[in-house]
Amino acid sequence: MTARWITPALILLTAGAFMLSLMAGKVWIWPTAWLADDANGWIFLELRLPRALLGLAIGAILGLSGAVLQGYLRNPLADPTVLGVSSSAALGGVTAIFLGLNTIPLGLFGSAMLGAGISILLLLTLARGGGPLGFILGGMVLSTLAASFTAFLISISPNPFATSEIVNWLMGALTDRLMEDAVKALPLMAIGAALLLTTGKALDALTIGEDGARSIGVDMARLRWIIIFGVGLSIGASVAVSGVVGFVGLIIPHVIRGLYGEQPSVILLPSALGGALLTLTADSLVRLTPGPSEIRLGIAMAVLGAPFFLFLLSKKRKQAA
Amino acid sequence: MTLQCDNVDFAHGERPALHSVNACFEQGQFSVILGPNGAGKSTLLACLAGLLKPDSGSARLDGRDVSSLPVADRAKMIGLLPQGAETHWAISVQALVALGRYPHRTGLGLSKQDRSAITDALNATGTSSYAMRTVTELSGGERARVLMARVLAGEPQWILADEPLANLDPGYQIDMLTLLRKQADSGKGVVAVLHDLHHAVRYANHVVLLHRGTIFAQGDMSSVITSANLAAVYGIDAQLFTDEKGLKQLLIHGKIAP
Repeated sequence: MTARWITPALILLTAGAFMLSLMAGKVWIWPTAWLADDANGWIFLELRLPRALLGLAIGAILGLSGAVLQGYLRNPLADPTVLGVSSSAALGGVTAIFLGLNTIPLGLFGSAMLGAGISILLLLTLARGGGPLGFILGGMVLSTLAASFTAFLISISPNPFATSEIVNWLMGALTDRLMEDAVKALPLMAIGAALLLTTGKALDALTIGEDGARSIGVDMARLRWIIIFGVGLSIGASVAVSGVVGFVGLIIPHVIRGLYGEQPSVILLPSALGGALLTLTADSLVRLTPGPSEIRLGIAMAVLGAPFFLFLLSKKRKQAA
Repeated sequence: MTLQCDNVDFAHGERPALHSVNACFEQGQFSVILGPNGAGKSTLLACLAGLLKPDSGSARLDGRDVSSLPVADRAKMIGLLPQGAETHWAISVQALVALGRYPHRTGLGLSKQDRSAITDALNATGTSSYAMRTVTELSGGERARVLMARVLAGEPQWILADEPLANLDPGYQIDMLTLLRKQADSGKGVVAVLHDLHHAVRYANHVVLLHRGTIFAQGDMSSVITSANLAAVYGIDAQLFTDEKGLKQLLIHGKIAP
């Protein structure tokens, strides 16, 4: 049974991580200086605030969509990248950098969202009529295709500067994101999250398998539609502003299940909180690493995430034995 | 109240599964769908449950086409115990049985009615003592009963069960059959796909015998389970008789050489 203190603790920790993200960096900015009319005040408003907001939203979206996809596919190894939306949005972003569109307003963001949008339409067509299996196969095909086109663009990229910009962007980071990035991405993420949060009861029903779920009145076509749009909009927008940040969507639902039990509807909101907590903390930590340049968030997450995941797996195996 | 198939044709892709099937099931009866592997039993049950839409013809509940009923209405009237006893996540027995209330639920929480239906279902299946346990900790027999409790919690007028005895020990098989029998006796319609002929003849009172996607025979037990029909459909030499306690039994002598 879930202890009562877990949810308040998770909320407090996430709020704490948000505060930390507002303060931490090469320059520490304490709350008293946030609204000051000087360089620190400017850094706070123009750099820290959007970065913290994006960290919060992207982390929450990654955790939430991971929990939804694992529930829908009834596979604890699913994560937001299985749909191929991340890779497609990344391809869109890379195309923009390749063509130099990233210098015009909305060029990169629009191109990445276009990539996400195309992948949503393709998924809806590829997965039509099929169950979760068609969905996951469609996602894999898309993701492989997008990744190979991305590699192709990198390989024919005319100058090393563009190549390094592409590679940098692909690695995923929240560095130097501005308020205008947050303003573009947050509404799309909010719509996606709202869609995903409606799936809880249907995901619970899938515990008894697809036929069971359909027999008690779950509309599988509608559920698939909601998930494709929900994940597509929110993950597409998150990749468009931050590149591909991995592992959060895979790991967080596992941790949350350990705390809350496995009922899919129960873990949705806590997974969002957990994802935000992890992303905000990791993003604060990368800022504090010594040296002239930051470690990319995507890399830090993988370095932190992979061993932690192995630890979880071995613990689970011991429990099973 | 009847659940029936009118001229149902169904093909899985290119492979025909059902051809001109006309069958009628009534409430208050324990009906079984029998037939060898690949005869179309599960397909027929899925059509009756509204999970598959026949290519032509229709499944009808009191004259209304099952596949065109609003999904929630259909789910309230027809409960299905699918094949395979799937439980994907380690959720509590209580939460699993509560899924049966899915078509009835309107708000976020469970209503008083929902709670009493869940309690009744747990009691009817003898599972109330482990309501707080996790489904993955249960034995196969316990889990089968919990899954049946999930079906009963929806208070459906019709209970369709696809191979409800699979992987159960004889004692649990008899529990399940007794439970289905009781539901039929209480006036519900029960339709089950079974493989075990011995159990079928003992507990059911109406049979639909399928052979290669068509109805070979249907009606009461003694008129359908005849030695001639069993020889033609299953290729076995068997005989239905009434034992010293007055119970129907099937004696299978062996296979008929082709």
